[in-house]
Amino acid sequence: MKFGYYPGCSLHATAREYSESLLTLVDALDVELEEVEDWACCGASSAHSTNHLLGVALPARTLAIAEGQGMENIVAPCAACYGRLAGAAHEVNADPALKEKVAGILERPLDNTPEIINVLAFLQQLLPVIQDKITKPLEGVKVACYYGCLLVRPHKVTQFDDPEQPESMEQVCAAVGATPLAWNKRIECCGAGFSLSRTGSVIRLGREILDDARAAGAELVVVGCPMCHSNLDMRQGAMNKGQAGADDLPVLYITELVGLALGLDPKAMGLHRHYVSTKPLLDRLSTALVASEGKVS
Amino acid sequence: MARIGVFVCHCGENIARTVDCAAVAGNLADHPSVVCSVDYKYMCSDPGQNLIKQSVKDHQLDGVVVAACSPHMHMKTFRRASLQAGLNPYLVEMANIREHCAWIHERTPETTVKATDLARAMVEKVKQNVPLDPILIPVTRTALVIGGGIAGIQAALDIAEAGRDVIIVEKEPSLGGHMSQLSETFPTLDCSQCILTPRMVDAYQHPRIKLYTYSEVEKLEGYIGNFEVTIRKKGRSVDIDSCTGCGACMEVCPSKKAPDEFDMGLRTRTAIYTPFPQAVPNKPVIDREHCLHYKAEVRALARGKPVRAICQKCAKVCASNSISFDGGDELVKEKVGAVVVATGFQLYEVGKDQPEPYLKGYGEYGYGEDPDIVDGLQFERLASASGPTGGKILCPSNGEPPKTIVFIQCTGSRDAAKGIEYCSGVCCMYTAKHAMLYQHSVQGGRSVVFYMDIRATGKGYDAFTRRAAEDSGAEYVRGRVSSIYRHDGKLVVKGVDTLGGEPMTVQADMVVLATAIRPQPGIKQLAQKLSISYDQHGFLNEAHPKLRPVETNTAGIFLAGCSQAPRDIPDSVAMASATAAKVLALFSRAELEREPQVAKVDQITCSGCFHCERACPYGAVEHLEVKDRRGNVIRVIAQINPGVCQGCGTCVANCPSRSIELDGFTDSQVFASIQALSL
Repeated sequence: MKFGYYPGCSLHATAREYSESLLTLVDALDVELEEVEDWACCGASSAHSTNHLLGVALPARTLAIAEGQGMENIVAPCAACYGRLAGAAHEVNADPALKEKVAGILERPLDNTPEIINVLAFLQQLLPVIQDKITKPLEGVKVACYYGCLLVRPHKVTQFDDPEQPESMEQVCAAVGATPLAWNKRIECCGAGFSLSRTGSVIRLGREILDDARAAGAELVVVGCPMCHSNLDMRQGAMNKGQAGADDLPVLYITELVGLALGLDPKAMGLHRHYVSTKPLLDRLSTALVASEGKVS
Repeated sequence: MARIGVFVCHCGENIARTVDCAAVAGNLADHPSVVCSVDYKYMCSDPGQNLIKQSVKDHQLDGVVVAACSPHMHMKTFRRASLQAGLNPYLVEMANIREHCAWIHERTPETTVKATDLARAMVEKVKQNVPLDPILIPVTRTALVIGGGIAGIQAALDIAEAGRDVIIVEKEPSLGGHMSQLSETFPTLDCSQCILTPRMVDAYQHPRIKLYTYSEVEKLEGYIGNFEVTIRKKGRSVDIDSCTGCGACMEVCPSKKAPDEFDMGLRTRTAIYTPFPQAVPNKPVIDREHCLHYKAEVRALARGKPVRAICQKCAKVCASNSISFDGGDELVKEKVGAVVVATGFQLYEVGKDQPEPYLKGYGEYGYGEDPDIVDGLQFERLASASGPTGGKILCPSNGEPPKTIVFIQCTGSRDAAKGIEYCSGVCCMYTAKHAMLYQHSVQGGRSVVFYMDIRATGKGYDAFTRRAAEDSGAEYVRGRVSSIYRHDGKLVVKGVDTLGGEPMTVQADMVVLATAIRPQPGIKQLAQKLSISYDQHGFLNEAHPKLRPVETNTAGIFLAGCSQAPRDIPDSVAMASATAAKVLALFSRAELEREPQVAKVDQITCSGCFHCERACPYGAVEHLEVKDRRGNVIRVIAQINPGVCQGCGTCVANCPSRSIELDGFTDSQVFASIQALSL
């Protein structure tokens, strides 16, 4: 199988482990990702909050290039990139005049053919292959699936899952053997881009999310967005500080979690790069998993 | 040689503004067979009609064409005028030069040419017309009322009081419907059961009302005035004639865990039960799904083992020997002349799994997952003196009075993205009532009502909602709720106050969802049995939203209450009385006059393929056996029941051997009018 691929800036920088885990995972699944050539920034959030046309034209450039490469679809693992690409595709499709204008600006044909796929839809499509290759099912591992704001929103753009009661991430986690928990803050805001400008707010929001996940009994939080990850992982020290019972709660990308079930090397997937150490979790998993592996064979 | 009169109407300025009516009359005067052609300002007025009548007599007309508005508007007027002048009314045709011409074109010479052509076409048609006589059909003067809620009861009582027989079919074991579950009623806060139960008893005891409870309509055949209904009497296992209603059976029944439907699942009941103490008839029924004997029977049959008597304690204590485990469903047939559909509503059960793909649930509200998140009807039961808490408003989870309660209006209603765009009509009012009942019941309690806007348009309604919002102590917050979840023992309600412009969170003990009103489950199947139509939400369609609100497009079938749209009690009762008036008008004559423009089958050429039967939306096609002299059936051909046929012509278009003609629209009439256009 072959998919188009738009890594966006995060996967080349702050979310290196997202990129590493994704690429390790697709290798293991014999899936090929073809990167869009000469891709540009998706524009989140600076472009679309500055100028509407720029906010559409910038991601549309990537769409046009992908189209030129004959791609039928583009996997955008970063939720913000996904939102911008899908949003631009939606807008130019709904407004022929805008489409023509954007094509003129880009000086490229823009027929808007590739389908934009987020990480959850991507993994859902691959579930049959994934399930064939599970070697270490994550049996009994209690996970809190955290969607944040952009993965399934806005619904008219994404046309994917229920924006208020999503279940796609739970389905993927359950498929690799983990136990997704029912908890309350799955689709609350993490503070996103305010991490630098209003750090206090981000810490308050993140703390509420982590507290609720812990209260539900989570061993780890699963995310599909670099912004959610950096807020909940990098800022977690500040969130937990002075809070009784606020033990470290590892935050894993969904690709890392699936990779672990496939028995892929944690280091190759960048699990050592997290701020909240994943080592205690990996140690516990490896003992538990060795036991369950024994059971499987 | 035909003698045709043409009458061109100006319709004031409506037609004359764009059409030169005098020119049209002049053009038609030269048309073959036209012996008189005039124009007049208002042809439908008395002088206009007199002009037609006088011309029929003076010119001995044998055909009349009125070039005016739509035949829907005034065909009856002009046919009546012709009849009064001695001309068969079906020798009158109308050319629609208003809607089809004057209103849709500018004033140009072509507009007048088109009006002339339309009139010519009708002249050519009317030359082919033959006199027709109205069809007379006998009327069975008994009404069937489907549904024994307040609407059905009202319709039945009104009809019975006027001296006509009524049959009520109610699917539950008792009359009463949803109104019997309500605590108090808006806007007067009088007790629902106190005003309803006397009506239920009246209906039960009325000599002209026959009651089938725990029964459903299986099939409806026939046509206006002459329906035959098949009623499925579901196996009740209790003989209601001999049962004394003593209740001994319910005391001994060991199966006590069936959810109580009447109390909306807030408590449980025995397998043999009467739904509520004031039930009519006050006779129990065995719920076979929960009865130990029937459960054992199902298991035994599944394993192919013999059925043995299990438990049957109820039958052993029954002093009147009224309980029998042998009987099953029973089908009975009744002849009726009219049908009132008053099947009521169900509440939208919000949550993740929805019966229809277009419904999107509101799963984020946690209904059905947390016991303290209830819907409006559950709250009615909590507030009702006959309810599980004896009228004290208590949290189902712990039996404590809720110190803080949140009411959420429009849960499911008025949000196309969630599947239902219509307003459920009653929620603003009953939420105001709930807030007042709560404030009366829980002293010092806090109630918060989230609303979109307040729609209170009935008599005394606005004053009522204002009293709730301004005087009762309830906090009215304009805004929506995004999610509800349990945290530290409290229900956290996250919403927004759109007037204050701020998000707000309420820590509540109980949440009441004013969930949308939806039609009863099975309404679509019922509509198909009755050959009536329904809208995209399953509400039954009225014939005309303004002028025929309680009639359906199938003659003789009428609508009352929530089967047609969300309705409150006053509206349901008014509709029910309106259906009674319609039924009584129908029953005022022994015979019914129908338009004679119906389809007829040529018995010689019909091959009996019955394409027409499949095409007919009204079920008017019957099978006619053609026999030889010895009485042997030699052919089976189609025959159209003129009482059922609505003259739509679908069968005509579908007949492969062109064996069906529609009187008043025969091929020769239609072709003649088309050819006139090509002159």
